[in-house]
Amino acid sequence: MILAVLEAQDGALKKISHELMTAAAEADAALASGGVAALLIGPGAQEAAKAVSGAAVQEVLVVEGDAFARYSAQAYARAVLAAAQSTSAHAIVFGATSFGRDVAPRVAAALSAGLLTDVTELFAKGGALAARRPVYAGKAIAEVEATGDQCVVAVRPNAFTAKEQDGSAAPVRPLSVEVDPGSVRAKVREIRRESGGRAELSEADIVVSGGRGLKEPGNFALIEQLADALGAAVGATRAVVDAGWRPHHEQVGQTGKTVSPGLYFAVGISGAVQHIAGMSSSRTIVAINRDAEAPIFKMCDYGIVGDALEILPQLTQEVHRIKG
Amino acid sequence: MNIVVLVKQVPDTATRIKIAASGTEIDRQGVNFVVNPYDEFAVEEALRIREKHGGQVTVLTVGEEKAEEALRTALAMGADEAVRVSAAVSDPLTTARAIASAVKELQPDLVIAGKQAVDDDQGQVGALVAALLDWPQVAVVTKLDLEGSGGVAEREVEGGVEVVEFSLPAVITAQKGLNEPRYASLPGIMKAKRKEIRQIAVDQSQVGSPVLRIGALQLPPARSAGKVLTGMDAQAAAAELVRLLHEEAKLI
Ligand SMILES: Cc1cc2nc3c(=O)[nH]c(=O)nc-3n(C[C@H](O)[C@H](O)[C@H](O)COP(=O)(O)OP(=O)(O)OC[C@H]3O[C@@H](n4cnc5c(N)ncnc54)[C@H](O)[C@@H]3O)c2cc1C
Ligand SMILES: Nc1ncnc2c1ncn2[C@@H]1O[C@H](COP(=O)(O)O)[C@@H](O)[C@H]1O
Repeated sequence: MILAVLEAQDGALKKISHELMTAAAEADAALASGGVAALLIGPGAQEAAKAVSGAAVQEVLVVEGDAFARYSAQAYARAVLAAAQSTSAHAIVFGATSFGRDVAPRVAAALSAGLLTDVTELFAKGGALAARRPVYAGKAIAEVEATGDQCVVAVRPNAFTAKEQDGSAAPVRPLSVEVDPGSVRAKVREIRRESGGRAELSEADIVVSGGRGLKEPGNFALIEQLADALGAAVGATRAVVDAGWRPHHEQVGQTGKTVSPGLYFAVGISGAVQHIAGMSSSRTIVAINRDAEAPIFKMCDYGIVGDALEILPQLTQEVHRIKG
Repeated sequence: MNIVVLVKQVPDTATRIKIAASGTEIDRQGVNFVVNPYDEFAVEEALRIREKHGGQVTVLTVGEEKAEEALRTALAMGADEAVRVSAAVSDPLTTARAIASAVKELQPDLVIAGKQAVDDDQGQVGALVAALLDWPQVAVVTKLDLEGSGGVAEREVEGGVEVVEFSLPAVITAQKGLNEPRYASLPGIMKAKRKEIRQIAVDQSQVGSPVLRIGALQLPPARSAGKVLTGMDAQAAAAELVRLLHEEAKLI
């Protein structure tokens, strides 16, 4: 079996969960492992499980209870290990999200298994599971094989395409997992939301990023207006984050977030290697820059040479017009 | 408060990557090596904790002799001791086992690592070390407060911040935003040059065998320059771009 560790929020599956079912199906095909099971842990798991299609997975395991009311990597790793054992999982597939990146190493360590992380492609190699993953911030691609009987995978958001699944819901199986409270020594106290209702950077289909070419922090309103017209997330360069114009969770690049949206706008951004590192796997890149020689134009699909402060309002207007 | 900081030596982020003849690693010729940027945040945080709570900061790397340069940089920033662990490691799990074995010997109250090493971008060694030691971890931390036998850390998650309570000993992994790393002072650099670096050899039986193998390393497919609109007024250029994205690329 392949075990897909899904994520839900407020009782609804997150976007990455649908991508995980595609990735798990590919891992299953590569290993001929006998099917896919899914796992949901914590508050709302039962509710979210109803949305998992029986065409995608054979069953959904649900782990709930006091030990999982607040997130803890230690307790959640225990739940994953119990589910892996119960399904005799050959591979355990997470999203390379803040959750998956936190729990997957603990699971891998407990199983003495390899963790293929930030994976963009899965395939079989000599009977083992192998992956392609960007390294050196996307400046190279590594082909990595997991040796050993079991392995753990964390797939990059937006790398696997979610498939429409109709048909009936998958059977749900509650799994009871005991956790000694004394063994859990780090636990979430509270979660503060900061996205302000906009799409999350690493998951968004469209990202509009601004750089020093915006001239002053107030002009980022133009970036936000275009982003809102497109339903996009807002990103920024390190130059403007370090200048205090934008919060640091918006930084895209080698020391910021890595994004792979379908469409990326680089506005007033020169295209330094460290910025490119975080966005070069975007499918389509649009550059807007006053300087025709800016390096960003060497790797964009579409571009406009001109003043961003003049172009942005016009773009926003055009987008509104086309969307009716 | 005794703290071990994990530092790795990595190619400078501005490096142009070339693939070596082996086809499985980069060509190291002419590459400038630096302390992994996230590990600088880790060193800085440890120094600040020492300044506030007292104790000792030990920087630790697993690697070849050349990696001692990274340790000396951290010593110059103000770390008290440096340890180089030699062991045959080739993937995150064997690296983490070597680190965990050395940490058991050093018995710190806290281990601080970087969020991720910017060469192989694994982002897993910190949490692996925590799991192997059966310690808690808080990863991708942007704020850290220690108090008594534990602390509170803030970590970045999608669309927000998680506030996590933890008890010591623990592993923390540092994210940009945690602090602003200091520069090494001239006396610091002089002192770091003379400092003896402690060597710990970890037995192969502690390290075990690797579970990941690099089959190949390749450059990503090159992107070719696309359609760039020049010499148009803002209104016309915007209209044309949106038309292209709508009709040709079908993205909006
Ligand atoms: C270790 C390290 C890590 C780093 N990590 C990151 C990272 O994660 N992310 C990141 O982004 N950077 C990172 N950097 C910084 C990076 O090297 C660049 O300095 C940064 O990306 C530049 O930001 P920028 O494009 O906004 O500014 P600039 O390079 O100053 O570019 C501004 C651009 O705006 C254009 N412009 C000016 N006025 C206008 C106008 N009116 N209309 C349109 N265009 C205009 C200019 O022609 C120019 O091309 C890192 C650097 C180091 C050393
Ligand atoms: N060889 C090493 N020696 C010391 N610390 C390391 C080593 N490899 C990784 N680390 C630490 O673990 C963090 C995450 O590395 P990685 O999981 O490889 O991305 C780094 O930022 C370092 O703090």
